[in-house]
Amino acid sequence: MKREFQIYLALLALLLVLPALGAYPVFVMKVLCFALFACAFNLLIGFTGLLSFGHAAFLGGAAYAAGHSVKVWGFSTELGLLFGLATGAVLGLVMGYLAIKRSGIYFSMITLALAQMLYFFFLQAPFTYGEDGLQGVPRGTALGLIDLKPDLNLYYFIVVIFVAGFLLIYRTVHSPFGQVLKAIRENEPRATSLGYNTALFKLLAFVLSAALAGLAGAAKTLVLGFATLTDAHWGTSGLVILMVLVGGMGTMLGPILGALIVVALENKVGDIGHFFANLTGIDWFNGLGEAVTIVTGLIFVLCVLAFRRGLIGELNAWWQRRQGTATP
Amino acid sequence: MTELFGIPLPALLGQLLLGLVNGSFYATLSLGLAVIFGLLNVINFAHGALYMMGAMLAWIGLTYFGLNYWVMLVVAPLVVGAFGIVLEKLLLRHLYKLDHLYGLLLTFGLTLLIEGLFRSFYGVSGLQYSVPDQLQGATNLGFMILPNYRAWVVLASLVVCFGTWYVIERTRLGALLRAGTENPRLTQAFGVNVPLMVTLTYGFGVALAGFAGVLAAPVLQVQPLMGSNLIIVVFAVVVIGGMGSILGSIVTGLGLGVIEGFSRVFYPEASATVVFVIMAIVLLLRPAGLFGKEK
Repeated sequence: MKREFQIYLALLALLLVLPALGAYPVFVMKVLCFALFACAFNLLIGFTGLLSFGHAAFLGGAAYAAGHSVKVWGFSTELGLLFGLATGAVLGLVMGYLAIKRSGIYFSMITLALAQMLYFFFLQAPFTYGEDGLQGVPRGTALGLIDLKPDLNLYYFIVVIFVAGFLLIYRTVHSPFGQVLKAIRENEPRATSLGYNTALFKLLAFVLSAALAGLAGAAKTLVLGFATLTDAHWGTSGLVILMVLVGGMGTMLGPILGALIVVALENKVGDIGHFFANLTGIDWFNGLGEAVTIVTGLIFVLCVLAFRRGLIGELNAWWQRRQGTATP
Repeated sequence: MTELFGIPLPALLGQLLLGLVNGSFYATLSLGLAVIFGLLNVINFAHGALYMMGAMLAWIGLTYFGLNYWVMLVVAPLVVGAFGIVLEKLLLRHLYKLDHLYGLLLTFGLTLLIEGLFRSFYGVSGLQYSVPDQLQGATNLGFMILPNYRAWVVLASLVVCFGTWYVIERTRLGALLRAGTENPRLTQAFGVNVPLMVTLTYGFGVALAGFAGVLAAPVLQVQPLMGSNLIIVVFAVVVIGGMGSILGSIVTGLGLGVIEGFSRVFYPEASATVVFVIMAIVLLLRPAGLFGKEK
């Protein structure tokens, strides 16, 4: 347990000095937003056993809500973020209420379908500016004091949001409430027979996850200054599943690592393609950046077939095996 | 001119037919999904990508090999089916003992992969595929003009769907299939080669998707992403109908296509979302789906 906190503190320290080490703040902020999104998603898949295929709705919905409220209604930055979070929560309440009426595979299909419905709504609604996206969202100030326009100021602001979100998830998972969620994941009928209202617990977990995904979406709008349809597209729902799958479902750090890998990959796939094109002389590789899904799809297939515990999951298993042999 | 609800009747019937065309695709795809789910317990996300593959193959066959529509209507489903069999043998097979969700995730990954590959070769702009000579033009029925090709799509889908229903519900092969769905181990104990049956079922299910793809090629834009939006609607159709009944899948698919067609007449903004709204209502009133059984 103590070692766990040492790791967290070391990572936090790394996060704080990262800009000084030459990391590009906007890139790290983008990773942090997706990491929070993935952690929120992991609360469902990893700790409650629910596979939502519609989490893009919360990211995208909150991104628009925060962007619109800050840009058009003149909300302060904090209020915009809270409005994004609330939007995520409300969307989560409605979608969750409908989706938990079915379980397993149907749950996934329902969340996917409802998210797609919202996507079509965003496509037509005037406030999203359709294909152009909502652009030019100002960053504003933190608490009315600190100007967030310099990347470095915003960076620490985002770090605070991310750490707060992470701590909330950590607290939830390690609370009695989190224990009930785990019980539902392991054996829902038994949790019901123990007297727990599993539907209510699932709904609460769903709303919490959606709200935090909303916070991530709102923060992302702040960082990039725009919100687009891509955020709400089913591809984004797939991407967050991939992040958690690569990092390790049901681990605390897995989603963060997964987000880092997937975001970096999306940025770099074009370059990797050009590299292979130069190496092999096959022109096809030059188009790889346009068709990133080839790479993400391949990783998906490999992870599901051979690597279901994810990176952190494998690491934990290896660590436990080592501990086991060291102290027989 | 005859009017119904203030809309000219021919326009209304035209949209109804278009709805039936879409409904035929929904029916054929949800039927394939249901058959596969029954035996494999896998929700085949790749169904949309394989439908796209059918349409692309039709286009490729005509453009590069000069194979006409009728040849590809047979060849494309066979190729897609064979491809499906390879996927089942190589990949899906390893997941049957695990949670059903992994099957969904694997086929989702395959969808991204297949779509990405086609995208890298053909881009995302639509490719033109013209209606075959024999089915060009339209027939005047007196009360409306019936485009021949659209009528053919509905007819061909209905024949294939009801053929599938007949085989599954009324033949010995279908009886074995139903037994395998009910209790695979017991069926195997009776000497039925269940793994082979599973492979062939997957092949057949995706061949249906490929067939729908060829049918769709002349009416819709042929492009690598045509399947993924469709498959999400089909998921909603499956949730509405429930996967317990073959006839249920067919009726739900066609019915929702028609409703979508009508909404295009009366409230076009809602035509993209009407199926999802109906899904939400069905979930509130009858969570197991119209033809489903509560498990």
